[in-house]
Amino acid sequence: MTDRDTTPAIEFRGVVKRFGDNTVLDGLDFTVAKGDRVTLIGPSGSGKTTILRLLMTLEESNGGLILIDGEPYTHEMRGGKRVAVPEKRRRQVRRRVGMVFQQFNLFPNMSVLENIIEAPVHVLGLSTAQAVVRAEELLEQVGLADKRDARCTQLSGGQQQRVAIARALAMDPEILLLDEVTSALDPEIVADVLGVLREVAETTDITMLIVTHEMQFARDVSNRVLMFDHGRIIEEAEPEVIFTAPREERTQQFLSAVLGEDTADRS
Amino acid sequence: MNDIWSWQRAADVLPLLLEGFRITVLATVVGMAIASVLGLLVALVRRAPSRWVTLPVGFLVEFIRSTPLVVQLVFVYLLVPGLSSLTIGFLVLGVHYATYMSEVYRAGIDAVPRGQWEAATALNLPRARTWRAVVLPQAIRKTLPGLGNYAISMFKETPFLFAIGVVEMFTAAQQYGSSNYAYTEAITMVGILFLAASYPTSVLVRRLETRLA
Amino acid sequence: MSDNLQTLGDALPRLGDAVLVTLQLTLGGAALAFVLALLLGFGSRSHRGAVRVPSRVVVEFFRGTSLIVQMFWLFYVLPVFGFRLESLACGVLALGLNYGAYGAEVVRGSINSVPAGQWEASTALNLGHVHRLRRVIFPQAWALMIPMFTNLLIQLLKGSALATYILLHDLNYFTEQLRRSTQDTFFSFTFGLLVYFAIAYLLTLVMNALEVRAKNRLGAGPTLREVLRIAPVPATAKAGAA
Repeated sequence: MTDRDTTPAIEFRGVVKRFGDNTVLDGLDFTVAKGDRVTLIGPSGSGKTTILRLLMTLEESNGGLILIDGEPYTHEMRGGKRVAVPEKRRRQVRRRVGMVFQQFNLFPNMSVLENIIEAPVHVLGLSTAQAVVRAEELLEQVGLADKRDARCTQLSGGQQQRVAIARALAMDPEILLLDEVTSALDPEIVADVLGVLREVAETTDITMLIVTHEMQFARDVSNRVLMFDHGRIIEEAEPEVIFTAPREERTQQFLSAVLGEDTADRS
Repeated sequence: MNDIWSWQRAADVLPLLLEGFRITVLATVVGMAIASVLGLLVALVRRAPSRWVTLPVGFLVEFIRSTPLVVQLVFVYLLVPGLSSLTIGFLVLGVHYATYMSEVYRAGIDAVPRGQWEAATALNLPRARTWRAVVLPQAIRKTLPGLGNYAISMFKETPFLFAIGVVEMFTAAQQYGSSNYAYTEAITMVGILFLAASYPTSVLVRRLETRLA
Repeated sequence: MSDNLQTLGDALPRLGDAVLVTLQLTLGGAALAFVLALLLGFGSRSHRGAVRVPSRVVVEFFRGTSLIVQMFWLFYVLPVFGFRLESLACGVLALGLNYGAYGAEVVRGSINSVPAGQWEASTALNLGHVHRLRRVIFPQAWALMIPMFTNLLIQLLKGSALATYILLHDLNYFTEQLRRSTQDTFFSFTFGLLVYFAIAYLLTLVMNALEVRAKNRLGAGPTLREVLRIAPVPATAKAGAA
């Protein structure tokens, strides 16, 4: 980044997350600098998606702190005790965070355009006219300008996901969370969605946290890759390094499992 | 003038209510027994291939289901002489609720996966055997919560029998109230007895629902 | 038979009044039940115990005590406490409270069955709690609620027949009067039940239209207009409708 601001966009300090008896994250520490594109890889159940969900306040952590731009987000220390941050302040911070889901989660009771302008108008307080102009730009960008007034249920999965991306971008997020955004799509349309995201990565400086099984995409877009196993980061490197010469045996096993036979070709 | 609430009157009416409660429970048990058997028959008949069968039966079911039970009770009571009002009550409650139960059975039968029918065909099972050994055992298990819910519902509708003079719990209260010009204790206590009996039962049914789900 | 029809013809004005009373009970009760169902249904989901617990208690209370007991209680017992309500008010209140409690369960269940992803997407867009319910969750839950509300509405119509016993001259009362003047049980009760059936059928049609519209708004199913046009409409009828 060109500015001198070195406060990380995201910081996890000793974050603990348990589901019942199952500890998914056990004192996780990591930071993401502003403008970073970080991909989280690892076997399923290793806690990657949980990290995104914690950042979206869809789950409550059981310990530790999460900071956004250095500000306490969900919990803070007060008088030596860890206390929950009130919803009102969470909302202020959450405004900077957007998310795209595996299952798109478009609102079926609204048209494509209404989906995109809903939050800008009612959360950011834009006028409807402003929001529509911005929404149309975004639809243009994701290649769906002609679907403006369509019903979400009339769209294919790939189109729905591109609308969902536009909807997230319409909030001008500083941080964008991408949770397996292509996993629910047919293989032949995955490329369209990834193409849109590549363009977003090239044309903006949004901090991105990506959970994906598309290793080529991770390689193209991200500047850091974190390998997770059992809720811990076991390896962290630039994509070129981690995909070509992983240090840990566990990483090698994982990569050869997801990449299959062609690991050698790609490296 | 009386006080608003008299414990003396409450004590007087309680034995009458408990006597009536027996009839209430009896009507529910017999009524549900009729509804369970007849409802299954209706559900099966409505799957008959001929429209000459399904259309009239369908109309009759819709008709009974969407008209008031209390009117039906009085209707049958006046129309059929020679039967005790309690017997009429059993029958009308049973037939009315059979129309509800037939829907419960229908949903249960529809919920048996197609693969089960196909497997039975592949094994060349006779049709009757397929129903009896494959489909119904699976379907009926799914209908248990529905049966429970309708039993509770019927229990709370047994007071309608007062319209034909069956002295169940509510009628007992009503009679006591009108002869003593004091409804407060009697009717309040009937309400409490209904709540005391139906709430725990509905909690049990809900538990059954989650266990079978 | 022709005597019966003659008697029925003479009674027609009273039939109109009786149907009106039944409709007042049904629609008044339904309106009250709907409001209560929303209040108690949302109350039952509240995170605050001070809201949730009373909501649950009220719902269980009015579900657990029988409709007829409630109606008689309002009619015979409430005056003892110094509140005397008119018969019609007692009927509407009892029907509204009883079916409102059942409706609350419908509302609660439908809200809970809106997919988790919809709630999550609303959080991700930072929508406020009330806004999220109003604009995203409720419109989807509404489509789920309507068929169950239709059932309750028919139950409520049937329950309204109890009003005869708190001295209202509703359709049930009319039926018994018709029997008295014709001395023909089968004729008069069949007629009365058919009128109930016709009302139930009309109410179901209206509710089905609402359901079609709600589903169409979710992008599922045809528009109401398309449904109504499935049968080929003669040109004259179309002109008449327009």
